[in-house]
Amino acid sequence: MVAKTIAGKTVEVNEEGFMTNPNEWTEEIAAEIAREEGIPELTADHWKIINFCRQSAGASGKAPTLRQITVGTGVSTKELFTLFPKGPAKKVARIAGLGKPEGCV
Amino acid sequence: MSDERHMAFICSKGTLDMALPALVMGWAALGNGIDVTIFFTFWGLDIINKHRVDHLEIAPVANTSMKMSMMGVPGNLGIPNIVGVLPGMTAFATKLMKDKMKALEVPPVREYLQMLVDAGAKLYACKMSVDMMGLTKDDFVEGVIDIVTAGDFIDMTEGAQIIFI
Repeated sequence: MVAKTIAGKTVEVNEEGFMTNPNEWTEEIAAEIAREEGIPELTADHWKIINFCRQSAGASGKAPTLRQITVGTGVSTKELFTLFPKGPAKKVARIAGLGKPEGCV
Repeated sequence: MSDERHMAFICSKGTLDMALPALVMGWAALGNGIDVTIFFTFWGLDIINKHRVDHLEIAPVANTSMKMSMMGVPGNLGIPNIVGVLPGMTAFATKLMKDKMKALEVPPVREYLQMLVDAGAKLYACKMSVDMMGLTKDDFVEGVIDIVTAGDFIDMTEGAQIIFI
């Protein structure tokens, strides 16, 4: 684990760049990680997904899988892959300040 | 050829258990931003055959990995082949597997395929198998792009990691 400054705040991240303490997360951190991931601006549709992931992880302790996200938010697979192009599984989890999703579907 | 990672799966089997590996790994690959192509050949065509996809089965006969432990009997007791040949045993084993998949929130094969297509997977049917089985593109689920030759598949998967199932 290393300390990293994101959006002016020092947070702990693991070797893959995932934040290790979800409580250190802020919306500004999400926006900055999103830019790193090639998403220039987080829209309301992005936030709907990020907020769902935060709530889901808050309840279960684990980042939700892509299917749990589509089932839980009503966002279609196509939309999810358009909002977070090229690998939404890790991108969404990183932006939401969570660990890598555990689960295969 | 781009530097982007590309995985190609060849699905050659049409049993329920052999339909899943490409779906599970393909979905994981797409989730990680990897291009996915799936080529369905021979019995694997059942997976994209719209009349068959909801009826993929698993037979206990000659399946040495299918033990009674799946039904809660402890130990390594197998299902005797003589029992496996009884009418209804294949349907029974299939239901058992489908129930277990459902409990793990694994979607049915038809829905799983649609998820992969929506996420950008490219599905193709093998021309020789299609001709041999007397099928046409109309027999396939939506999302199957085309019926292509083995040579086409080789061309379109240059540089890809190829997984034969």
